[in-house]
Amino acid sequence: MSLAAFSQVLRQACRPNQSLAALSWLRYYGTEDSRISKMVQNNKVVVFMKGVPAEPRCGFSNAVVQIMRMHGVEYDAHDVLSDEKLRQGIKDFSNWPTIPQVFINGEFVGGCDILLQMHQSGDLIEELNKAGIKSALLDTAQKGGEGDAGKTESK
Amino acid sequence: MNLASRRLHTSGLSKISFTMIREAMGQVEAAMYKKLESSLQPVHLELHNESFMHNVPKGSETHFKVVVVSSQFEGKPLIQRHRAVNDLLAEELKSGVHALSIVAKTPEQWESSTKTVDPSPKCRGGFGK
Repeated sequence: MSLAAFSQVLRQACRPNQSLAALSWLRYYGTEDSRISKMVQNNKVVVFMKGVPAEPRCGFSNAVVQIMRMHGVEYDAHDVLSDEKLRQGIKDFSNWPTIPQVFINGEFVGGCDILLQMHQSGDLIEELNKAGIKSALLDTAQKGGEGDAGKTESK
Repeated sequence: MNLASRRLHTSGLSKISFTMIREAMGQVEAAMYKKLESSLQPVHLELHNESFMHNVPKGSETHFKVVVVSSQFEGKPLIQRHRAVNDLLAEELKSGVHALSIVAKTPEQWESSTKTVDPSPKCRGGFGK
C-alpha cells in the first residue's frame, strides 16, 4: 500500500464517525492475527512449537513432532521461542493458552494431549485423511508391520 | 494448607506418594483444585504439580497435569473439554502457570480405562527462553 493511501486511512481513522471501518482495517492488517491466519493456511498441517522439529525445546512439542514423524506427515513448523510476537499471537489467535498447537487444513485441532489421544484412538489417521494426507501408519499396517493404526487407547 | 485439608482435597487420588501428602499443597494448586471441583463436579480429580521436572526453583507452581473425570464431558469433543478446563484456569494460566497437561474423560471412559495416567514428557529445556 502506498504512503498516500495509508495516510488516508489514518486520517479517516481520526474522524470519529467515519472511523470504524478504517479502524478495524488498521487493527487487522499487519497484525499478528492476519500474519498467523496466513501461516495456518500455508500447509495442510501446521505446527506451532518450542524449538524446531530436529531439536524440540519442550517435551510436549517433542511428542507432537514424534507423532507427526510416525504418521509420515510433512508440515510447516514455527518456533515460538524465536519469535516473541508469535508466541503470544498464536495463543490469542486460537484462544488456547499453551504451546504446541496443531492446525490441520487451517483449523485448530489441539495441543499435545489431544494429538496424543487422537493418535492412540486412530482419529488422527481419519483427520489426516480428510485433509488428503495418507498416514504412513496405514502403509505399515498393510504390510503387516507393527503399526499403531487403529490401536485403542491404552490408558 | 495443613495436612488434614490436603488429605481431604486429594481423597480421590489413585496414585499419591507419602511425600506428596506430607508436602503442603501450594496456594495456586489449591485454588486450581477448588475451581475444577466446584465447576465440573468431577467424580474423580487429580492435580499433579510437575514443576519439579523442570528447571524452576523448588516449590514452584508452574507445570501441572490435571486428570478430571466428569459427566459434564459427555457428548463433548476433546477440544471442548480442554477449553472448559483452560477457561476455568484462565487466571492461573495468565499469571504463573506455564504448562497444563489435561486428561479429561467421562465417567464411562474412565471406568473402562486403566485409571492411570503417565507423567508428562521430559522437559527439553525451553522453559524461560
